[in-house]
Amino acid sequence: MIVPATWYMLLAAGLFVIGTIGALTRRNGISIFLSIELMLNAVNLLLIAYSRQLGDLTGQVIVFFVLAVAAAEAAVGLALFIAIFRHGHTIDVNRMNLMRW
Amino acid sequence: MELFVFSLFALGALVSALAVVSHRNPVYATMSLVVTLVCVAALFLMLGAPFIATLQVLIYTGAIVVLFLFVIMLLNIQREEHSAPSGGAQRWAAILMGFVLAGLLFGLFWRAHAGAEIQPLTEDQVSLTRLARLLFTEYMLPFQAIGLLLLAAVVAATVLARRPDGRITAPGEESK
Repeated sequence: MIVPATWYMLLAAGLFVIGTIGALTRRNGISIFLSIELMLNAVNLLLIAYSRQLGDLTGQVIVFFVLAVAAAEAAVGLALFIAIFRHGHTIDVNRMNLMRW
Repeated sequence: MELFVFSLFALGALVSALAVVSHRNPVYATMSLVVTLVCVAALFLMLGAPFIATLQVLIYTGAIVVLFLFVIMLLNIQREEHSAPSGGAQRWAAILMGFVLAGLLFGLFWRAHAGAEIQPLTEDQVSLTRLARLLFTEYMLPFQAIGLLLLAAVVAATVLARRPDGRITAPGEESK
C-alpha cells in the first residue's frame, strides 16, 4: 500500500504538538530548546510532504534555509545560556528574573 | 511494505519525541532527539528528498545535537527535580491546549487532503541538480543572506560565551 502524503502531514502535526507541549511545560532552558528543535523539525517534515504532494522543489529549498536558521539559533541560544549560567548559576527559566521588574 | 517502513519510523519519531519532552535528564532527552531526527530523516528519504535527509543527519545530529551535548556538559546541569516543584496548573493547561491544537491541526489536514492520492515520484523531484539550480538562481539572495546570518551567529555566540576578562574557564568554576 502506498502511504498518502496526508499521513506524513498528520505525523508532522503530532510532532509539532508534542514539541509545543514540551516548550510550555519544561522549565530547564535546554529542554525548552530541544522542544523548539522538535517543532522546527515537524515543520520541515510538513514542508517536504507538501513539496512531494505539489511536485514543487521550493519546499526543499525552504527546508534548507530552515536548517541553517536552526543552526544559527542553536549557536546563539546556547551561548546565551552559558552567559546566563555565569550570572545566576541556573538555567531554570522560572528563576531567571534579571529582566523582570 | 512501504506502509510497514512508514509505521516503523513514524512510531519511532513519535515515541522518541515524547521521550524528548518528558525525560528529566537533559542528556537522555538530547539522545532521544537524535533518534527522532534520524527517523524524520528516513521519512524525508521516503518522500523523495535524499539531499535534505543527508543534511538533516549531517547538520542536525552531527553538529547541532553535539553542540547541545557540549553545553550540557559544560554547564553541568543537574536534573530538574532539584529545582522548585513544577506548577501543576500550568502543566495541565499546556497539555489541554496541546490537545486542542492537535485537534485543530488534524482536522485541518484531514479536511484539506483526505483521500488525496500521493503524486508519483518523478526524476525531476529527487534530482540534486534541479535543487541546486533553484537554490543558486531564484533563491540566490536568500542563500547569501543565510550565509551572512550564520556569520553573525558565529560572531555573536563567540562574544556571548566569552568571559569578560578573557580567561578561559568552565562557567561553573567561576566563583571559586
